[in-house]
Amino acid sequence: MLIFLAKRLGYLLFTMLVVSILVFLVMELDPGSVAQKVLGPYSNDEQRRLWMEANGYLEPLPIRYVEWLMSAMTGDFGMSTRFKVPVTEILLPRLANTAILGLGVLLVMVPLALVLGVLAGMKEGSTQDRTISVFSIATTSIPEFASGVFLVGIFVLWLKWLPGVSNMVGGFDIKQMILPVGALVMYGFGYITRMTRASMAEVMQTHYIRTAILKGVPRRQVIMRHALRNALIAPFTVIMLQINWLLSGVIVIEYLFAYKGFGSLLLEAALNQDIYVIEACAMVAVLVAVGTQTLADIGYMYLNPRIRFS
Amino acid sequence: MAASTEALAPSTRRPSGALRVVRAIGLIRESPVGMIGVAIVIAWILAAIFAPLLAPFDPNATILPFQRPGAVDPATGKTFWLGTDKIGRDMLSRIIYGGRRVLIYGPIATACAYAVGIVTGLAAGYFRGWWDSILSRASDVILSFPVFVLYVIVISTFGRSGLNIVLAIVFASAPGIMRIVRGLTLDLRNRDYVAAAQTRGEHPLYIMFVEILPNARGPLIVDACLRLGYVTITIGTLGFLGLGLPPPDPDWGGMVNEMRALAIAFPHMVVYPCLAISSLVLGLNLLADGLREISIRD
Repeated sequence: MLIFLAKRLGYLLFTMLVVSILVFLVMELDPGSVAQKVLGPYSNDEQRRLWMEANGYLEPLPIRYVEWLMSAMTGDFGMSTRFKVPVTEILLPRLANTAILGLGVLLVMVPLALVLGVLAGMKEGSTQDRTISVFSIATTSIPEFASGVFLVGIFVLWLKWLPGVSNMVGGFDIKQMILPVGALVMYGFGYITRMTRASMAEVMQTHYIRTAILKGVPRRQVIMRHALRNALIAPFTVIMLQINWLLSGVIVIEYLFAYKGFGSLLLEAALNQDIYVIEACAMVAVLVAVGTQTLADIGYMYLNPRIRFS
Repeated sequence: MAASTEALAPSTRRPSGALRVVRAIGLIRESPVGMIGVAIVIAWILAAIFAPLLAPFDPNATILPFQRPGAVDPATGKTFWLGTDKIGRDMLSRIIYGGRRVLIYGPIATACAYAVGIVTGLAAGYFRGWWDSILSRASDVILSFPVFVLYVIVISTFGRSGLNIVLAIVFASAPGIMRIVRGLTLDLRNRDYVAAAQTRGEHPLYIMFVEILPNARGPLIVDACLRLGYVTITIGTLGFLGLGLPPPDPDWGGMVNEMRALAIAFPHMVVYPCLAISSLVLGLNLLADGLREISIRD
């Protein structure tokens, strides 16, 4: 168990290290272009040279990388060129907002997807199964921005129930959370549903379930007590991996609804070439993605006795 | 001896690859859901091919702004079936032409990703050893990026162009394809016919591409369909984020992005492009589902 944990953590560190090299190379390979992005398009060569000299950009690439990595590890990603404040000062509140959004999505999506997946997988090939499967294919076919547009069309323009923007200008408002959460759930739940369905259908065909049915255990109890426990191991991993997808989805949905979160920050930074913010966002996104993946692996091992005891 | 094996060869050979693909597509008739998918996809392909005939207006011509669906152009007497956008371009024509872009770039990007994924996956699964370690590690690292974080960074840094979008999609999707091909290869490389080919002294390239790859086609075709749908979503979403193919040619995601500020007053400007992309992806996903259903049954 300890060896497994150490391996997973070592792997996490390795991935982060490689990712940091990639991010650094893409963003800062050419010091001249960094100077231009920081000082703006109207700076002259002399200003750029002085800036590069003052900030250590005349050093060779490996030294610059190590220095960058050292300060990044202490949480110092530099100053945002657009907002003129340290990157962490902008990033942390944005991350908190996205965490709220992501938590909302998971709280709605996971129970919904598991229930639908179990209902579909219980009776493979039934009308119930076909209906749920086609429905989940249909919602997964609608890109996040389109489901956002459709939801706005229905709930904002037609029914006039909900606000169409989620910028939280007048403080946190739960009503403004409904549509962003809804749009992300609509796109995301289908995948978990189908995984749960496949896993459930497989478990329903095992010998111990057949035995339980044949010895006359009520159907309800067969499913609740015997099938679910085994059927939900595989979806657990999928749910953790959905966090990786969620980090992509929030870029689109936060932009659409003007929600002040991590995704919209990254997009704004990218469109304005706010270089240090982009770097920080990339590193945080990968850390969250790899971190949840590691947790998924550990959790999977913990949940599945066949792996735990081997 | 040599002459006799050559004479035997044609009669024992399985039907050619192209013929079998046609038969596989014919099988889709047995799945009603798959048939709906095929119909939607073919409708969009035809619309894209015959765009100049179907589109009532030039997609980039500015005619009359802010027309509601069904309004009539006073100059030509033609109807704007889906209205016009904020600078007066006909929505229907733009949506029909927009299909062309998606249906050109989507398959190109998917095919390139498959080419890279198949070559690396076959190499990793067949040779094992350090090839496998390096390729698997590299794909793990790439897959650890949330895809759109990757796209946003790469495309905003290197600029928005068709080539960069295709390259970014290949970079992000090839590792996933590689994993699938690698897994299939690990299974297939232990089959008797591979051992037979090895004993015959065939070149590894021949074994990988002639013996292993054709036998892995079932899961790959289903995956390719799903992936094509996903690439379509990606292209649309990039357009929506302002990182898609450069204007002025119509692009479904880009149309939504340009017009979204006006969505409250003129919903038709954003809803129709969204319906267009959703229906195309739905068609591809239903097709994939139908193919999978058939492949499981056989």
